[in-house]
Amino acid sequence: MERKSLLPYLLILPAFAYLLFFVGYPLLQALYLAFTQNGAFSLDTVRRTINDYYFWSAFKDTLAFAAVIIPIQLFLAIVFALLLNKAFKGKDLAIYALVIPLTISDVAGGLIWYSMLSPYGFVNKVLMNIGLISHPIYFFGYQFRSREFLAIVMAEVWRATSIVFIIILAGLQMISKEYIEAAEVFGASYWTRLRRIVFPMLKPSIQSALIIRTLFAMQIFGVVWILAGRDLPVLAGEGFYQLTVIKDYGVASIYALIIAGLSILFGAVYVKFLKAEYLEVMR
Amino acid sequence: MKDETVYTLKKIGFYTVIFTAVAWILIPIIVSFLYGFTSKADYYDPHMVIPHHYTTEYVRVILFTLGAWDGIKNSTIVATLTIIISFILGIPAGYSIAKFVFPGKDTIKLSIIALRMFPIPVMAIPLIILYIRLHLADTLLGVALAHTAMALPFVVLITSSIFSGVSKEYEEAAMVFGLTRLGSFLKITLPLALPGLAAAAMFTFVMSWNEVFVASVLTLTHRTLPAQILSIMAGSSGGAAPDYYKFAAAFIMTLPAMLFIFFARKYLVTMWGITLK
Repeated sequence: MERKSLLPYLLILPAFAYLLFFVGYPLLQALYLAFTQNGAFSLDTVRRTINDYYFWSAFKDTLAFAAVIIPIQLFLAIVFALLLNKAFKGKDLAIYALVIPLTISDVAGGLIWYSMLSPYGFVNKVLMNIGLISHPIYFFGYQFRSREFLAIVMAEVWRATSIVFIIILAGLQMISKEYIEAAEVFGASYWTRLRRIVFPMLKPSIQSALIIRTLFAMQIFGVVWILAGRDLPVLAGEGFYQLTVIKDYGVASIYALIIAGLSILFGAVYVKFLKAEYLEVMR
Repeated sequence: MKDETVYTLKKIGFYTVIFTAVAWILIPIIVSFLYGFTSKADYYDPHMVIPHHYTTEYVRVILFTLGAWDGIKNSTIVATLTIIISFILGIPAGYSIAKFVFPGKDTIKLSIIALRMFPIPVMAIPLIILYIRLHLADTLLGVALAHTAMALPFVVLITSSIFSGVSKEYEEAAMVFGLTRLGSFLKITLPLALPGLAAAAMFTFVMSWNEVFVASVLTLTHRTLPAQILSIMAGSSGGAAPDYYKFAAAFIMTLPAMLFIFFARKYLVTMWGITLK
Protein backbone atom coordinates (compact mmCIF):
# COMPACT_ATOMS: atom_id res chain seq x y z
CA MET A 1 0.00 0.00 0.00
CA GLU A 2 2.77 2.39 0.97
CA ARG A 3 4.72 1.69 -2.20
CA LYS A 4 1.65 2.00 -4.38
CA SER A 5 0.93 5.51 -3.18
CA LEU A 6 4.50 6.57 -3.88
CA LEU A 7 4.52 5.28 -7.46
CA PRO A 8 2.90 8.30 -9.19
CA TYR A 9 5.43 10.63 -7.56
CA LEU A 10 8.35 8.41 -8.48
CA LEU A 11 7.21 8.42 -12.10
CA ILE A 12 7.05 12.22 -12.21
CA LEU A 13 10.22 12.84 -10.24
CA PRO A 14 12.85 12.42 -13.02
CA ALA A 15 11.13 14.81 -15.41
CA PHE A 16 10.42 17.31 -12.66
CA ALA A 17 13.97 17.22 -11.29
CA TYR A 18 15.41 17.62 -14.79
CA LEU A 19 13.27 20.70 -15.43
CA LEU A 20 14.03 22.20 -12.04
CA PHE A 21 17.74 21.77 -12.65
CA PHE A 22 17.65 23.35 -16.11
CA VAL A 23 15.68 26.30 -14.78
CA GLY A 24 17.22 26.63 -11.33
CA TYR A 25 20.91 26.17 -12.04
CA PRO A 26 21.18 28.72 -14.87
CA LEU A 27 19.09 31.16 -12.84
CA LEU A 28 21.47 30.99 -9.86
CA GLN A 29 24.50 31.12 -12.17
CA ALA A 30 23.05 34.19 -13.91
CA LEU A 31 22.41 35.95 -10.59
CA TYR A 32 25.98 35.16 -9.52
CA LEU A 33 27.45 36.46 -12.78
CA ALA A 34 25.27 39.56 -12.71
CA PHE A 35 25.73 40.70 -9.13
CA THR A 36 29.24 39.67 -8.06
CA GLN A 37 32.73 40.83 -8.90
CA ASN A 38 35.69 38.73 -7.70
CA GLY A 39 33.42 36.88 -5.30
CA ALA A 40 31.91 39.96 -3.63
CA PHE A 41 28.58 41.66 -4.21
CA SER A 42 28.84 44.37 -6.81
CA LEU A 43 26.61 46.40 -9.08
CA ASP A 44 29.36 47.09 -11.63
CA THR A 45 27.86 44.70 -14.18
CA VAL A 46 24.42 46.21 -13.79
CA ARG A 47 25.89 49.68 -14.28
CA ARG A 48 27.83 48.49 -17.35
CA THR A 49 24.59 47.11 -18.81
CA ILE A 50 22.43 50.14 -18.17
CA ASN A 51 25.04 52.54 -19.49
CA ASP A 52 25.34 50.60 -22.74
CA TYR A 53 23.96 52.60 -25.64
CA TYR A 54 21.98 49.60 -26.87
CA PHE A 55 20.33 48.62 -23.57
CA TRP A 56 17.32 50.90 -23.45
CA SER A 57 16.60 50.65 -27.14
CA ALA A 58 16.74 46.84 -26.84
CA PHE A 59 14.25 47.00 -23.98
CA LYS A 60 12.01 49.43 -25.87
CA ASP A 61 12.19 47.59 -29.21
CA THR A 62 11.38 44.20 -27.68
CA LEU A 63 8.26 45.59 -26.04
CA ALA A 64 7.36 47.60 -29.15
CA PHE A 65 7.54 44.49 -31.34
CA ALA A 66 5.25 42.65 -28.93
CA ALA A 67 2.82 45.57 -28.68
CA VAL A 68 2.50 45.88 -32.47
CA ILE A 69 2.66 42.23 -33.53
CA ILE A 70 0.39 40.52 -30.98
CA PRO A 71 -2.82 42.55 -31.48
CA ILE A 72 -2.59 42.07 -35.27
CA GLN A 73 -2.06 38.33 -34.80
CA LEU A 74 -4.99 38.04 -32.41
CA PHE A 75 -7.32 39.93 -34.74
CA LEU A 76 -6.35 37.88 -37.81
CA ALA A 77 -6.47 34.61 -35.89
CA ILE A 78 -10.00 35.27 -34.58
CA VAL A 79 -11.26 36.24 -38.05
CA PHE A 80 -9.69 33.16 -39.67
CA ALA A 81 -10.89 30.82 -36.93
CA LEU A 82 -14.48 32.09 -37.13
CA LEU A 83 -14.47 31.69 -40.93
CA LEU A 84 -12.89 28.25 -40.85
CA ASN A 85 -15.14 26.91 -38.12
CA LYS A 86 -17.92 26.53 -40.73
CA ALA A 87 -18.28 23.55 -43.01
CA PHE A 88 -17.36 24.28 -46.63
CA LYS A 89 -15.59 22.72 -49.57
CA GLY A 90 -11.82 22.77 -49.21
CA LYS A 91 -11.94 23.52 -45.46
CA ASP A 92 -9.25 20.99 -44.50
CA LEU A 93 -6.94 22.25 -47.21
CA ALA A 94 -7.40 25.87 -46.07
CA ILE A 95 -6.67 24.93 -42.44
CA TYR A 96 -3.57 23.03 -43.50
CA ALA A 97 -2.32 26.00 -45.54
CA LEU A 98 -2.86 28.36 -42.60
CA VAL A 99 -0.91 26.19 -40.16
CA ILE A 100 2.11 25.59 -42.42
CA PRO A 101 4.02 28.48 -40.77
CA LEU A 102 3.94 26.52 -37.48
CA THR A 103 6.72 24.41 -38.97
CA ILE A 104 8.84 27.35 -40.10
CA SER A 105 11.56 28.65 -37.78
CA ASP A 106 12.02 32.33 -37.11
CA VAL A 107 15.31 32.27 -39.03
CA ALA A 108 13.69 30.69 -42.09
CA GLY A 109 10.69 33.03 -41.73
CA GLY A 110 13.05 36.01 -41.85
CA LEU A 111 14.81 34.66 -44.94
CA ILE A 112 11.49 33.92 -46.66
CA TRP A 113 10.28 37.48 -46.10
CA TYR A 114 13.61 38.78 -47.34
CA SER A 115 12.73 37.17 -50.68
CA MET A 116 9.52 39.22 -50.67
CA LEU A 117 10.90 42.58 -49.52
CA SER A 118 14.52 42.80 -50.71
CA PRO A 119 15.29 45.48 -53.36
CA TYR A 120 15.00 42.76 -56.02
CA GLY A 121 12.34 40.87 -54.10
CA PHE A 122 8.90 39.84 -55.23
CA VAL A 123 6.96 42.83 -53.84
CA ASN A 124 9.26 45.43 -55.38
CA LYS A 125 9.32 43.65 -58.75
CA VAL A 126 5.53 43.36 -58.89
CA LEU A 127 4.98 46.99 -57.90
CA MET A 128 7.57 48.19 -60.43
CA ASN A 129 6.14 46.07 -63.25
CA ILE A 130 2.61 47.32 -62.78
CA GLY A 131 4.01 50.84 -62.69
CA LEU A 132 3.13 51.83 -59.13
CA ILE A 133 6.73 52.68 -58.26
CA SER A 134 9.75 53.49 -60.40
CA HIS A 135 12.46 52.67 -57.86
CA PRO A 136 12.48 49.78 -55.45
CA ILE A 137 11.35 50.48 -51.88
CA TYR A 138 14.30 49.77 -49.58
CA PHE A 139 13.27 47.89 -46.46
CA PHE A 140 16.72 47.01 -45.16
CA GLY A 141 19.73 48.94 -43.91
CA TYR A 142 20.44 51.16 -40.92
CA GLN A 143 19.00 54.30 -42.57
CA PHE A 144 15.69 52.47 -43.16
CA ARG A 145 15.24 51.26 -39.58
CA SER A 146 11.54 52.11 -39.35
CA ARG A 147 10.91 50.03 -42.48
CA GLU A 148 13.03 47.23 -41.06
CA PHE A 149 10.67 47.30 -38.09
CA LEU A 150 7.77 46.97 -40.52
CA ALA A 151 9.45 44.08 -42.36
CA ILE A 152 10.01 42.19 -39.08
CA VAL A 153 6.38 42.84 -38.08
CA MET A 154 5.22 41.41 -41.42
CA ALA A 155 7.46 38.35 -41.11
CA GLU A 156 6.39 37.64 -37.51
CA VAL A 157 2.69 38.20 -38.15
CA TRP A 158 2.97 35.83 -41.11
CA ARG A 159 4.93 33.17 -39.21
CA ALA A 160 3.36 33.14 -35.76
CA THR A 161 -0.31 33.92 -36.39
CA SER A 162 -0.78 30.17 -37.00
CA ILE A 163 -0.24 29.26 -33.38
CA VAL A 164 -2.83 31.80 -32.20
CA PHE A 165 -5.17 30.59 -34.94
CA ILE A 166 -4.85 26.95 -33.84
CA ILE A 167 -5.51 27.78 -30.18
CA ILE A 168 -8.58 29.86 -31.03
CA LEU A 169 -9.88 27.25 -33.50
CA ALA A 170 -9.48 24.49 -30.91
CA GLY A 171 -11.37 26.72 -28.45
CA LEU A 172 -14.16 27.34 -30.93
CA GLN A 173 -14.55 23.65 -31.63
CA MET A 174 -15.04 23.01 -27.92
CA ILE A 175 -18.06 25.34 -27.70
CA SER A 176 -21.14 23.16 -27.71
CA LYS A 177 -23.34 23.61 -30.79
CA GLU A 178 -26.40 23.50 -28.53
CA TYR A 179 -25.77 26.94 -27.04
CA ILE A 180 -25.55 28.49 -30.46
CA GLU A 181 -28.59 26.64 -31.75
CA ALA A 182 -30.58 27.70 -28.69
CA ALA A 183 -29.65 31.33 -29.32
CA GLU A 184 -30.64 30.93 -32.96
CA VAL A 185 -34.03 29.56 -31.95
CA PHE A 186 -34.59 32.69 -29.85
CA GLY A 187 -33.79 34.83 -32.87
CA ALA A 188 -30.31 36.11 -31.92
CA SER A 189 -28.45 37.60 -34.90
CA TYR A 190 -24.91 36.50 -35.86
CA TRP A 191 -23.33 39.47 -34.07
CA THR A 192 -25.38 38.97 -30.93
CA ARG A 193 -24.39 35.30 -30.87
CA LEU A 194 -20.73 36.26 -31.26
CA ARG A 195 -20.89 38.88 -28.53
CA ARG A 196 -23.02 37.01 -26.02
CA ILE A 197 -21.98 33.38 -26.50
CA VAL A 198 -18.88 32.83 -28.62
CA PHE A 199 -16.55 35.51 -27.22
CA PRO A 200 -17.29 34.88 -23.54
CA MET A 201 -16.74 31.14 -24.03
CA LEU A 202 -13.63 31.78 -26.06
CA LYS A 203 -12.03 33.93 -23.37
CA PRO A 204 -9.77 31.22 -21.88
CA SER A 205 -8.39 30.35 -25.33
CA ILE A 206 -7.79 34.01 -26.15
CA GLN A 207 -6.04 34.47 -22.83
CA SER A 208 -3.72 31.51 -23.30
CA ALA A 209 -2.94 32.53 -26.86
CA LEU A 210 -2.13 36.08 -25.75
CA ILE A 211 0.15 35.01 -22.94
CA ILE A 212 1.98 32.39 -24.97
CA ARG A 213 2.63 34.84 -27.78
CA THR A 214 3.74 37.51 -25.29
CA LEU A 215 6.24 35.13 -23.68
CA PHE A 216 7.72 34.11 -27.03
CA ALA A 217 7.80 37.74 -28.08
CA MET A 218 10.08 38.55 -25.12
CA GLN A 219 12.62 36.11 -26.63
CA ILE A 220 12.38 37.44 -30.20
CA PHE A 221 15.77 36.87 -31.81
CA GLY A 222 16.25 34.93 -35.08
CA VAL A 223 14.04 36.98 -37.36
CA VAL A 224 15.48 40.27 -36.07
CA TRP A 225 19.05 39.00 -36.33
CA ILE A 226 18.48 37.93 -39.95
CA LEU A 227 16.60 41.00 -41.17
CA ALA A 228 18.05 43.87 -39.13
CA GLY A 229 21.04 42.63 -37.12
CA ARG A 230 21.70 45.21 -34.41
CA ASP A 231 20.04 48.07 -36.32
CA LEU A 232 17.04 47.24 -34.15
CA PRO A 233 18.50 45.79 -30.95
CA VAL A 234 16.33 43.36 -28.97
CA LEU A 235 16.97 41.84 -25.53
CA ALA A 236 17.80 38.30 -26.67
CA GLY A 237 19.94 39.65 -29.52
CA GLU A 238 21.96 41.85 -27.14
CA GLY A 239 22.41 38.92 -24.76
CA PHE A 240 23.68 36.84 -27.66
CA TYR A 241 25.99 39.63 -28.86
CA GLN A 242 27.44 40.30 -25.41
CA LEU A 243 28.12 36.60 -24.93
CA THR A 244 29.49 35.58 -28.32
CA VAL A 245 31.22 38.76 -29.52
CA ILE A 246 32.10 40.83 -26.43
CA LYS A 247 32.47 37.70 -24.21
CA ASP A 248 30.94 39.62 -21.31
CA TYR A 249 29.18 36.84 -19.43
CA GLY A 250 27.87 39.18 -16.72
CA VAL A 251 26.09 41.60 -19.03
CA ALA A 252 24.77 38.72 -21.16
CA SER A 253 23.36 37.13 -17.99
CA ILE A 254 21.57 40.34 -17.08
CA TYR A 255 19.81 40.27 -20.45
CA ALA A 256 18.80 36.65 -19.79
CA LEU A 257 17.53 37.65 -16.33
CA ILE A 258 15.49 40.52 -17.73
CA ILE A 259 13.81 38.21 -20.25
CA ALA A 260 13.19 35.68 -17.47
CA GLY A 261 11.78 38.42 -15.21
CA LEU A 262 9.39 39.64 -17.88
CA SER A 263 8.32 36.04 -18.58
CA ILE A 264 7.71 35.25 -14.90
CA LEU A 265 5.63 38.42 -14.68
CA PHE A 266 3.46 37.35 -17.62
CA GLY A 267 3.56 33.67 -16.57
CA ALA A 268 2.13 34.54 -13.15
CA VAL A 269 -0.77 36.25 -14.86
CA TYR A 270 -1.21 33.14 -17.01
CA VAL A 271 -1.34 30.72 -14.09
CA LYS A 272 -3.83 32.99 -12.37
CA PHE A 273 -6.11 32.93 -15.41
CA LEU A 274 -5.70 29.18 -15.69
CA LYS A 275 -6.88 28.71 -12.11
CA ALA A 276 -9.89 30.90 -12.75
CA GLU A 277 -10.76 28.81 -15.77
CA TYR A 278 -10.37 25.58 -13.80
CA LEU A 279 -12.79 26.84 -11.14
CA GLU A 280 -15.30 27.78 -13.79
CA VAL A 281 -15.28 24.24 -15.10
CA MET A 282 -15.78 22.89 -11.58
CA ARG A 283 -18.79 25.12 -10.99
CA MET B 1 -34.61 36.27 -55.87
CA LYS B 2 -33.11 39.06 -53.81
CA ASP B 3 -32.26 36.71 -50.99
CA GLU B 4 -30.51 34.49 -53.49
CA THR B 5 -28.32 37.38 -54.70
CA VAL B 6 -27.37 38.27 -51.15
CA TYR B 7 -26.52 34.64 -50.50
CA THR B 8 -24.35 34.41 -53.63
CA LEU B 9 -22.56 37.66 -52.78
CA LYS B 10 -21.93 36.44 -49.25
CA LYS B 11 -20.52 33.21 -50.60
CA ILE B 12 -18.22 35.04 -53.03
CA GLY B 13 -17.06 37.34 -50.22
CA PHE B 14 -16.40 34.37 -47.96
CA TYR B 15 -14.29 32.51 -50.52
CA THR B 16 -12.40 35.70 -51.41
CA VAL B 17 -11.30 36.16 -47.79
CA ILE B 18 -10.31 32.48 -47.45
CA PHE B 19 -8.45 32.60 -50.76
CA THR B 20 -6.60 35.80 -49.77
CA ALA B 21 -5.57 34.30 -46.45
CA VAL B 22 -4.28 31.12 -48.08
CA ALA B 23 -2.45 33.12 -50.76
CA TRP B 24 -0.88 35.33 -48.09
CA ILE B 25 0.58 32.23 -46.45
CA LEU B 26 1.59 30.35 -49.59
CA ILE B 27 3.01 33.07 -51.86
CA PRO B 28 6.06 33.93 -49.71
CA ILE B 29 6.93 30.23 -49.42
CA ILE B 30 6.56 29.66 -53.18
CA VAL B 31 8.53 32.83 -54.01
CA SER B 32 11.41 32.02 -51.67
CA PHE B 33 11.58 28.43 -52.98
CA LEU B 34 11.55 29.73 -56.56
CA TYR B 35 14.21 32.36 -55.87
CA GLY B 36 16.38 29.77 -54.16
CA PHE B 37 16.80 28.11 -57.55
CA THR B 38 16.81 31.26 -59.71
CA SER B 39 19.91 32.18 -61.70
CA LYS B 40 21.74 35.29 -60.52
CA ALA B 41 20.98 37.25 -63.72
CA ASP B 42 17.23 36.58 -63.50
CA TYR B 43 17.07 37.58 -59.84
CA TYR B 44 18.83 40.89 -60.42
CA ASP B 45 16.69 41.70 -63.48
CA PRO B 46 14.00 44.06 -62.13
CA HIS B 47 11.57 43.12 -64.92
CA MET B 48 11.74 39.38 -64.30
CA VAL B 49 9.00 38.76 -61.72
CA ILE B 50 8.75 35.06 -62.53
CA PRO B 51 12.27 33.86 -63.29
CA HIS B 52 13.04 31.81 -66.44
CA HIS B 53 16.44 30.33 -65.71
CA TYR B 54 16.97 27.98 -62.82
CA THR B 55 20.04 26.47 -61.18
CA THR B 56 20.79 24.23 -58.22
CA GLU B 57 24.19 25.88 -57.79
CA TYR B 58 23.30 27.97 -54.72
CA VAL B 59 21.63 25.13 -52.88
CA ARG B 60 24.71 22.99 -53.57
CA VAL B 61 27.10 25.72 -52.39
CA ILE B 62 25.11 26.21 -49.18
CA LEU B 63 24.98 22.47 -48.58
CA PHE B 64 28.50 21.39 -49.41
CA THR B 65 30.74 24.48 -49.30
CA LEU B 66 29.14 26.51 -46.52
CA GLY B 67 28.45 23.57 -44.21
CA ALA B 68 24.66 23.21 -44.26
CA TRP B 69 24.95 19.47 -44.95
CA ASP B 70 26.93 19.05 -41.73
CA GLY B 71 24.33 21.26 -40.10
CA ILE B 72 21.56 18.93 -41.28
CA LYS B 73 23.44 15.93 -39.89
CA ASN B 74 24.05 17.70 -36.56
CA SER B 75 20.44 18.89 -36.35
CA THR B 76 19.18 15.36 -37.00
CA ILE B 77 21.42 13.95 -34.26
CA VAL B 78 20.39 16.66 -31.78
CA ALA B 79 16.68 16.28 -32.56
CA THR B 80 16.84 12.48 -32.29
CA LEU B 81 18.68 12.67 -28.96
CA THR B 82 16.13 15.23 -27.76
CA ILE B 83 13.25 12.88 -28.63
CA ILE B 84 14.93 9.93 -26.88
CA ILE B 85 15.83 11.77 -23.67
CA SER B 86 12.62 13.77 -23.38
CA PHE B 87 10.48 10.66 -24.00
CA ILE B 88 12.39 8.55 -21.48
CA LEU B 89 11.80 11.27 -18.87
CA GLY B 90 8.41 12.47 -20.09
CA ILE B 91 6.43 9.27 -20.73
CA PRO B 92 6.44 8.05 -17.09
CA ALA B 93 5.44 11.52 -15.89
CA GLY B 94 2.68 11.80 -18.48
CA TYR B 95 1.43 8.31 -17.62
CA SER B 96 1.39 9.16 -13.92
CA ILE B 97 -0.65 12.33 -14.46
CA ALA B 98 -3.08 10.52 -16.74
CA LYS B 99 -3.70 7.34 -14.77
CA PHE B 100 -3.27 8.12 -11.08
CA VAL B 101 -5.21 10.23 -8.62
CA PHE B 102 -2.90 11.58 -5.93
CA PRO B 103 -2.62 14.61 -3.66
CA GLY B 104 -0.75 17.55 -5.18
CA LYS B 105 -1.45 16.45 -8.74
CA ASP B 106 -2.94 19.78 -9.78
CA THR B 107 -0.05 21.69 -8.24
CA ILE B 108 2.44 19.52 -10.09
CA LYS B 109 0.57 19.92 -13.37
CA LEU B 110 0.37 23.68 -12.89
CA SER B 111 4.06 23.97 -12.10
CA ILE B 112 4.93 22.01 -15.24
CA ILE B 113 2.82 24.46 -17.25
CA ALA B 114 4.53 27.32 -15.40
CA LEU B 115 7.97 25.85 -16.18
CA ARG B 116 6.91 25.64 -19.81
CA MET B 117 6.42 29.38 -19.68
CA PHE B 118 9.96 29.94 -18.45
CA PRO B 119 12.30 31.19 -21.20
CA ILE B 120 14.58 28.15 -21.09
CA PRO B 121 16.28 29.10 -24.42
CA VAL B 122 17.81 32.32 -23.04
CA MET B 123 19.05 30.38 -20.03
CA ALA B 124 21.63 28.92 -22.40
CA ILE B 125 23.65 32.07 -21.62
CA PRO B 126 24.47 31.22 -17.98
CA LEU B 127 24.34 27.49 -18.78
CA ILE B 128 27.44 27.77 -20.98
CA ILE B 129 29.57 28.28 -17.83
CA LEU B 130 28.56 24.84 -16.52
CA TYR B 131 28.96 23.33 -19.98
CA ILE B 132 32.53 24.59 -20.27
CA ARG B 133 33.32 23.04 -16.88
CA LEU B 134 31.72 19.72 -17.84
CA HIS B 135 33.25 19.74 -21.36
CA LEU B 136 29.74 19.82 -22.81
CA ALA B 137 30.28 23.14 -24.63
CA ASP B 138 30.27 22.77 -28.41
CA THR B 139 28.91 19.22 -28.23
CA LEU B 140 25.73 17.92 -29.79
CA LEU B 141 24.79 16.14 -26.56
CA GLY B 142 24.96 19.48 -24.75
CA VAL B 143 22.54 21.08 -27.21
CA ALA B 144 20.23 18.04 -27.00
CA LEU B 145 20.18 18.23 -23.17
CA ALA B 146 19.12 21.90 -23.33
CA HIS B 147 16.55 21.17 -26.05
CA THR B 148 15.19 18.39 -23.83
CA ALA B 149 14.55 20.92 -21.08
CA MET B 150 12.68 23.00 -23.65
CA ALA B 151 10.60 20.09 -25.00
CA LEU B 152 9.95 18.20 -21.77
CA PRO B 153 6.90 20.14 -20.48
CA PHE B 154 5.32 19.69 -23.90
CA VAL B 155 6.08 15.95 -23.89
CA VAL B 156 4.68 15.46 -20.37
CA LEU B 157 1.44 17.29 -21.11
CA ILE B 158 0.94 15.71 -24.51
CA THR B 159 1.67 12.14 -23.40
CA SER B 160 -0.64 12.55 -20.40
CA SER B 161 -3.48 13.57 -22.72
CA ILE B 162 -2.66 10.67 -25.08
CA PHE B 163 -2.64 8.14 -22.23
CA SER B 164 -5.88 9.43 -20.72
CA GLY B 165 -7.42 8.80 -24.15
CA VAL B 166 -6.64 5.08 -23.74
CA SER B 167 -9.48 3.54 -21.77
CA LYS B 168 -8.61 2.42 -18.25
CA GLU B 169 -10.74 -0.69 -18.63
CA TYR B 170 -8.39 -2.37 -21.09
CA GLU B 171 -5.54 -2.01 -18.63
CA GLU B 172 -7.65 -3.21 -15.70
CA ALA B 173 -8.82 -6.21 -17.74
CA ALA B 174 -5.21 -7.06 -18.52
CA MET B 175 -4.30 -6.81 -14.84
CA VAL B 176 -7.21 -9.09 -13.92
CA PHE B 177 -5.72 -11.65 -16.29
CA GLY B 178 -2.47 -11.56 -14.41
CA LEU B 179 -0.34 -8.88 -16.05
CA THR B 180 1.54 -6.48 -13.78
CA ARG B 181 1.00 -2.74 -14.16
CA LEU B 182 4.23 -2.45 -16.14
CA GLY B 183 3.22 -5.44 -18.27
CA SER B 184 -0.20 -4.04 -19.05
CA PHE B 185 1.38 -0.68 -19.86
CA LEU B 186 3.85 -2.26 -22.26
CA LYS B 187 1.39 -4.71 -23.85
CA ILE B 188 -1.86 -2.70 -23.88
CA THR B 189 -1.52 1.04 -23.30
CA LEU B 190 1.70 1.70 -25.19
CA PRO B 191 0.64 0.05 -28.48
CA LEU B 192 -2.71 1.87 -28.38
CA ALA B 193 -0.99 5.19 -27.72
CA LEU B 194 1.66 4.66 -30.39
CA PRO B 195 0.18 6.80 -33.22
CA GLY B 196 -0.24 9.75 -30.88
CA LEU B 197 3.26 9.28 -29.50
CA ALA B 198 4.66 9.20 -33.05
CA ALA B 199 2.99 12.54 -33.78
CA ALA B 200 4.33 13.96 -30.51
CA ALA B 201 7.81 12.77 -31.53
CA MET B 202 7.50 14.61 -34.83
CA PHE B 203 6.51 17.80 -33.02
CA THR B 204 9.48 17.43 -30.70
CA PHE B 205 11.71 16.90 -33.72
CA VAL B 206 10.47 20.10 -35.39
CA MET B 207 10.84 22.03 -32.12
CA SER B 208 14.49 21.06 -31.87
CA TRP B 209 15.12 21.36 -35.61
CA ASN B 210 13.94 24.99 -35.63
CA GLU B 211 15.62 26.17 -32.41
CA VAL B 212 18.41 28.65 -33.05
CA PHE B 213 19.31 30.57 -29.88
CA VAL B 214 20.43 27.67 -27.70
CA ALA B 215 22.27 26.04 -30.59
CA SER B 216 24.09 29.27 -31.48
CA VAL B 217 25.12 29.96 -27.90
CA LEU B 218 26.23 26.45 -26.98
CA THR B 219 28.14 25.49 -30.13
CA LEU B 220 30.91 26.95 -32.20
CA THR B 221 32.12 24.29 -34.63
CA HIS B 222 29.38 21.66 -34.26
CA ARG B 223 26.58 23.89 -35.49
CA THR B 224 23.04 22.70 -36.03
CA LEU B 225 21.41 23.83 -39.28
CA PRO B 226 19.70 27.03 -38.02
CA ALA B 227 22.81 28.06 -36.08
CA GLN B 228 25.00 27.43 -39.13
CA ILE B 229 22.63 29.40 -41.41
CA LEU B 230 22.42 32.24 -38.87
CA SER B 231 26.18 32.57 -38.66
CA ILE B 232 26.52 32.62 -42.47
CA MET B 233 23.59 34.93 -43.13
CA ALA B 234 23.35 37.52 -40.39
CA GLY B 235 25.15 40.71 -41.35
CA SER B 236 26.35 41.66 -37.91
CA SER B 237 27.90 38.37 -36.80
CA GLY B 238 29.47 37.14 -40.02
CA GLY B 239 29.81 38.27 -43.60
CA ALA B 240 26.46 39.04 -45.21
CA ALA B 241 25.76 36.44 -47.89
CA PRO B 242 24.42 37.37 -51.35
CA ASP B 243 20.62 37.33 -51.60
CA TYR B 244 20.26 34.15 -53.66
CA TYR B 245 22.15 32.18 -51.00
CA LYS B 246 19.64 33.38 -48.42
CA PHE B 247 16.74 31.95 -50.41
CA ALA B 248 18.52 28.66 -50.99
CA ALA B 249 19.10 28.48 -47.22
CA ALA B 250 15.43 29.17 -46.51
CA PHE B 251 14.50 26.28 -48.81
CA ILE B 252 16.88 23.86 -47.09
CA MET B 253 15.62 24.81 -43.63
CA THR B 254 11.92 24.79 -44.38
CA LEU B 255 11.38 21.67 -46.47
CA PRO B 256 12.09 18.92 -43.88
CA ALA B 257 9.96 20.52 -41.16
CA MET B 258 7.08 20.99 -43.59
CA LEU B 259 7.23 17.34 -44.63
CA PHE B 260 7.23 16.21 -41.02
CA ILE B 261 4.16 18.22 -40.14
CA PHE B 262 2.44 17.01 -43.31
CA PHE B 263 2.63 13.47 -41.94
CA ALA B 264 1.37 14.59 -38.52
CA ARG B 265 -1.31 16.95 -39.91
CA LYS B 266 -4.19 14.84 -38.59
CA TYR B 267 -3.09 15.67 -35.05
CA LEU B 268 -2.38 19.35 -35.57
CA VAL B 269 -5.49 20.99 -34.16
CA THR B 270 -6.09 18.55 -31.30
CA MET B 271 -2.44 18.54 -30.26
CA TRP B 272 -2.10 22.31 -29.97
CA GLY B 273 -5.55 22.59 -28.50
CA ILE B 274 -4.65 20.19 -25.72
CA THR B 275 -1.15 21.34 -24.88
CA LEU B 276 -1.86 25.02 -24.81
CA LYS B 277 -4.92 24.87 -22.60
